[in-house]
Amino acid sequence: MKASSNLRSKTVLLILSMVTFGPLGNTLLGKGMKQVGTINIRTLPDLVHIAYRVFTSTTIWLGMISLLMFFISYMLVLSWADYSYVQPSSAFAYGIVALWGHFLLHETVTPTRWLGVLVIGAGVFVVGYTHPRTTEHN
Amino acid sequence: MPWEVVLLVLIVIAGTSGELCMSRAMKTIGEVKDFRPMSLLRVIVRAMQVGWMWIGFLLMIVAFLALLGALSMENVSFVVPVTAISYAAGALGGKIFLGERVSPQRWAGVALVCLGVTLVIIGRN
Repeated sequence: MKASSNLRSKTVLLILSMVTFGPLGNTLLGKGMKQVGTINIRTLPDLVHIAYRVFTSTTIWLGMISLLMFFISYMLVLSWADYSYVQPSSAFAYGIVALWGHFLLHETVTPTRWLGVLVIGAGVFVVGYTHPRTTEHN
Repeated sequence: MPWEVVLLVLIVIAGTSGELCMSRAMKTIGEVKDFRPMSLLRVIVRAMQVGWMWIGFLLMIVAFLALLGALSMENVSFVVPVTAISYAAGALGGKIFLGERVSPQRWAGVALVCLGVTLVIIGRN
């Protein structure tokens, strides 16, 4: 019973890490690339110049670290939990993005989008009530 | 068959198959119980030695290139909602390829997630 509870807790923790770092990484990378500007590479010095701007951008580095955290969390959780449990649960990232957009960036979130977030939440809730692992483990 | 359809099928099939292969590779490694940084590094190094992981990476690259191709032909508002089918494909793949027991309750949850993702993406426009 305790083992099952531990399994569920660490699964939830890593899925939370995925839905936090995934959208954060994408947002930071998008912001960083906008700061770099339009990429127009014609010669080798152009490529070196763009690479320098990309790799000296703190925002891009933070974005890459976030995406790395997302990917590591994804790999780790799949070492014990079902893919058919983790994949739909990770869709909660759409809800996180809408909440960030509304509360932090003061973006307009349409009623259809809020409805979608609610339906995803319901779906994740239903999936979350199944056992995270249905196969034998090593 | 139009190229758009081929690309959309590739996005769903190659993307989901790639993640399924990654899942299979991680199941080969076994449940991670030690979360200290050096232990995690060792897990990642071991995972990179499993063939399924590289097949997964290759398939995910194919899906990404197909996504870029599809986006050059169709609007984002059409392409991205179609990829919501990946959640259903993932549950099916988990059942067939990984031997997971997908209960009716989990199927219901997956269906809700597919619907919700589609609504979120439609609502964005």
